[in-house]
Amino acid sequence: MSAAEDKYILHPEGEIKIETKDLDMYYGNFQALTDVSVAMPSRHITALIGPSGCGKSSFLRCLNRMNEVIPEARVDGQVLLDGNDIYQADTDVVQLRKRVGMVFQRPNPFPMSIYDNVAYGPRLHTATRGSELDEIVERSLRGAALWGEVKDKLHQSAMDLSGGQQQRLCIARVLAVEPEVLLMDEPCSALDPTATFRIEELMTELRESYTIIIVTHNMYQASRVSQYTGFFLLGEIIEYGHTEQIFENPADRRTDDYVRGRFG
Amino acid sequence: MKRSIAGAREWLIESTIRLAGVLAIIFVLLIFAFLLHDALPVFSEASLSDLLTGRSWRPTSEPAQLGMLPLILGSLYVTVGALVIAIPLGLGCAVFISEVAPVRMREILKPLVEMLAAIPSVVYGFLGLLMIGPWLADLMDLPIGQFAALGSLMLAFMALPTIVSISEDAIRNVPVTLRSGSLALGATDWQTIVRVVVPAARSGIIAASLLGLGRAIGETMTVLMVTGNAAVIPQGLAGFLKPVRTMTATIAAEMGETAYQTPHYHALFTIGLVLFVITYKHNAHSECPKG
Repeated sequence: MSAAEDKYILHPEGEIKIETKDLDMYYGNFQALTDVSVAMPSRHITALIGPSGCGKSSFLRCLNRMNEVIPEARVDGQVLLDGNDIYQADTDVVQLRKRVGMVFQRPNPFPMSIYDNVAYGPRLHTATRGSELDEIVERSLRGAALWGEVKDKLHQSAMDLSGGQQQRLCIARVLAVEPEVLLMDEPCSALDPTATFRIEELMTELRESYTIIIVTHNMYQASRVSQYTGFFLLGEIIEYGHTEQIFENPADRRTDDYVRGRFG
Repeated sequence: MKRSIAGAREWLIESTIRLAGVLAIIFVLLIFAFLLHDALPVFSEASLSDLLTGRSWRPTSEPAQLGMLPLILGSLYVTVGALVIAIPLGLGCAVFISEVAPVRMREILKPLVEMLAAIPSVVYGFLGLLMIGPWLADLMDLPIGQFAALGSLMLAFMALPTIVSISEDAIRNVPVTLRSGSLALGATDWQTIVRVVVPAARSGIIAASLLGLGRAIGETMTVLMVTGNAAVIPQGLAGFLKPVRTMTATIAAEMGETAYQTPHYHALFTIGLVLFVITYKHNAHSECPKG
């Protein structure tokens, strides 16, 4: 990699929560990510943008080892969470996924009650029961700005909620295990504009206590909510920097073309 | 001209399909009417409650004792026993095939299990009667190698393909996004299977079990061969290790030897009617299990 290209990758100041070093990822013989080195700061929102198939979702899944669900997937390089490589042999994947929660593209509530959805994680990891569990459920639903809408129907099926409510429920479900990092894979792609607006508001609130990394196709969304933005193309990270700089004054020609909508 | 030919064609196809549908209903109604016709005369001998709750089945004594309770309970014992064995085994097998087994093994295993359905019931009866029965009797020190639980065991084998195949489909159809959601919360594979995948496939698994039960309760040849055919009322759990006689086996064993138009003859048809009503209600429920 040439020195000129390296210049476009900003190393943010302050505390770094997750950092990747020379990350390569393969699906079988197909190389989905090449040499991705990027550092994401604590308690900020980092947006990952790029055209479809550029590897941004694959990259996100490397950060909590969800890529391992796909049998053919393979990773080289390092992913450091608070300085520790999560791909070391002795990493406890359960603990890792507790610390690095994930919200998916389409809302995926479990076919059970609203309460049971939120209590799912705490029940897995702790022996919490009764009123203590009630408190966690309430706190998580409040955290996901859903409490007011569902507090009277906690024991009804989560499948009866609207799409936007379901997605906030999925966020509440992740918050209930008290993660440090939230990975969001196009969390608004299946939602209408009102629901999208609520999720964006929520992300800005959550930023106070969590490190958020969001993959999005929506460049307005990236510019509205994030402080840092990374631009992916063909499995490489082309440019990474402050969101304003990426959108207003990109250094790389390809970033410029993409954020101005010339391709994508 | 062309249009009217196409229209006639359309009409012909529609009517054929409608006829096929209507015929299916007519056949069921005819069978029901036939059963009713040959069963009803028995009520000049005994009331419905006498028949259903009578504790003694001695159709050839004078006067004939036509209490069906031993037979109904016999069927109940054998069937419930079959379900207790078949559901956990079938569900475990389905989970193994869809979630645990490597792809190659799955491709062999599922057709293999489904092939169990191709074995004729008389072969199961043969196996039970000549091999498994005597072996179990020896093992548990029973006086006779034909008893209710043996019938349950053989029926469980016969219900397995239905239960495994349909449950496996239901489990396979659970969206991958639910599994990912669970794994991403830090659940292990096993926790994901037990807490998310199987509950999400619940309605399919219930349907599978009910269909398996349908096969078990109507099965005749196997139970006739392995359950010992003693028309006694089974008592408690020990009843599983003693001979019983099911409703189906009674009809099969006695129909050939009974005189036409006697109370015994009519009573056998009443048993058939009871079986018909049970399976009919049961099928109606399996069509729309809750969830």
